[in-house]
Amino acid sequence: MNNESSKFKVQSSKLIFVGGFVILFLILTAIFAPLMAPYDPKEQNLYEGLNTPDHKHPLGQDRLGRDILSRVIYGSRISLIVGILVVGISSTIGVTIGSISGYVGGKVDEIIMRFCDIVLAFPGILLAIAIMSVLGPSLNNVIIALCAMGWVSYTRLIRAQILSLREREFVVAVDSLGGSSSRIILRHLLPNVISPLIVEATFGMAGTIIAEAGLSFLGLGVQPPNPSWGSMLNEGRQFLLIAPHLTIFPGLAIMVTVLGFNFLGDGIRDLMDVKR
Amino acid sequence: MRNYIIKRFLLFFPVIIGVMTLVFLIIHLIPGDPVELMLGENAQISDKEKLRSELGLNKPIIDQYLTFMINAFKGDLGRSIYSQKPVFTTILERFPATLELTLCAIFAALIISLPLGIIAAYRQYSIFDNGSMFLSLLGISIPNFWLGPLLIILFSVMLGWLPVAGRGGISHIILPSITLGTALSSILSRMTRSSMLDSLKEEYVTTARAKGLSENTVVIKHALSNAMIPIITIVGLQSGALLSGAIITETIFSWPGIGRLTIQAINTRDYPLLQGCILIISLSYVVVNLITDILYAYFDPRIKYE
Repeated sequence: MNNESSKFKVQSSKLIFVGGFVILFLILTAIFAPLMAPYDPKEQNLYEGLNTPDHKHPLGQDRLGRDILSRVIYGSRISLIVGILVVGISSTIGVTIGSISGYVGGKVDEIIMRFCDIVLAFPGILLAIAIMSVLGPSLNNVIIALCAMGWVSYTRLIRAQILSLREREFVVAVDSLGGSSSRIILRHLLPNVISPLIVEATFGMAGTIIAEAGLSFLGLGVQPPNPSWGSMLNEGRQFLLIAPHLTIFPGLAIMVTVLGFNFLGDGIRDLMDVKR
Repeated sequence: MRNYIIKRFLLFFPVIIGVMTLVFLIIHLIPGDPVELMLGENAQISDKEKLRSELGLNKPIIDQYLTFMINAFKGDLGRSIYSQKPVFTTILERFPATLELTLCAIFAALIISLPLGIIAAYRQYSIFDNGSMFLSLLGISIPNFWLGPLLIILFSVMLGWLPVAGRGGISHIILPSITLGTALSSILSRMTRSSMLDSLKEEYVTTARAKGLSENTVVIKHALSNAMIPIITIVGLQSGALLSGAIITETIFSWPGIGRLTIQAINTRDYPLLQGCILIISLSYVVVNLITDILYAYFDPRIKYE
């Protein structure tokens, strides 16, 4: 191993370690939220509305006197649930459709790819905004809207991988021995696309958490009094000039979480990059 | 080259029709009665019927679809329920503001990312390289709906240097451009670094050094000029994506562009206007991507014309 390659691997391992630590902390926070949160996140205390951070409320209180620290802790649950469900559902749909598209090819592939092009013609979260604006704001609808735009990247990734693997000797051999299409896809092709899928899913978690928070920030996602980081930022926007602490802490939680997933995704991708 | 452009155009039109169809379906498959959603449950029956007739919602869905498509191709996207003005005109009035913001965001992204990426590649694995790549990861991870308010707190509230919101002179556009351009800047600095790393290892760079040229000439004239093709492509592809980011940025800074208009249309349940905004943003994105693809093929003759 040359010097450059070893430096690169050390850097990748550091990224994975830091990213993994942040994500582990997020998961533990979400699971043990009732034990970690000092107050009920929905408990109001109107006399203490917009109080700045003090020893009783380390991150301050919002407009209705609710404890921001407790709401940030409980907000991790929504981010994590939305992230896991959206990435899980989108990747399942993407793997299924992408495998069919790549393996069957021909007209089926052409139709699927053109449909992907149409979905990809909506930049960023525009499609999710459009869907949410007609379905109405709720957690379930956020998941539906984000899945509707999320499956395409997995479909294209898996299709590209299957296309390159389809002609390889081990696949041709199984095919000539009479292996069924489903057996070839499930037993021989899919196990070989797991690595890029993991990288895509890790970045997908980061993108989904930002997208959910973005929708909630616009008032189209999770609705108050449920504590979502995005809706907390939306509420904080109205008091930006007099109570910036309402904005700073939920945003910090989003950034650290997304950074964690990006670190992990970068680290895994770099380690798997055989060209290095 | 010509075959590639023809093929790219042939792929462009089905996507346009597909986008229009999808936008139509999303808006017309609203669960419940769209007229009731727009006017509220307590509206007069006569008002509901009038609006239903105006929007053509009393016709079969196929007729509505065909009318929508034919009118849209003629530039007629209906009338805003709220202002009663033609949707297309309303959007056109707002388009320059969004274009101005997007171009300034691209400019901000370029002036930050190019020097960062070039120096990071030139000093690979140095503190500067690690620091700038960490900054770029940070930039991708900071949501613009948090960065915008943070910039307002710092530069408008605490320092009082820049205005909080609105559109006016140069001072008004600085914070929105940085907010919108930060993610692009992060992507570009990573792309510049990786593209420059490849370029610096090429034989023509070694030859330029062997000829005794100064390092600045080698890096800027020989390495960077060859590394620019993928960078320009990313700028093109991502600038279309900025249109989506503009929805949030314009909302934060009360910037009077299409993004803010989209949110206003959602809040007032003005579905014809919402439909028009989504359609125009998507079509602009598709057109920008088409132009980028063609320019890419023009500048890099090695591209496959399959």
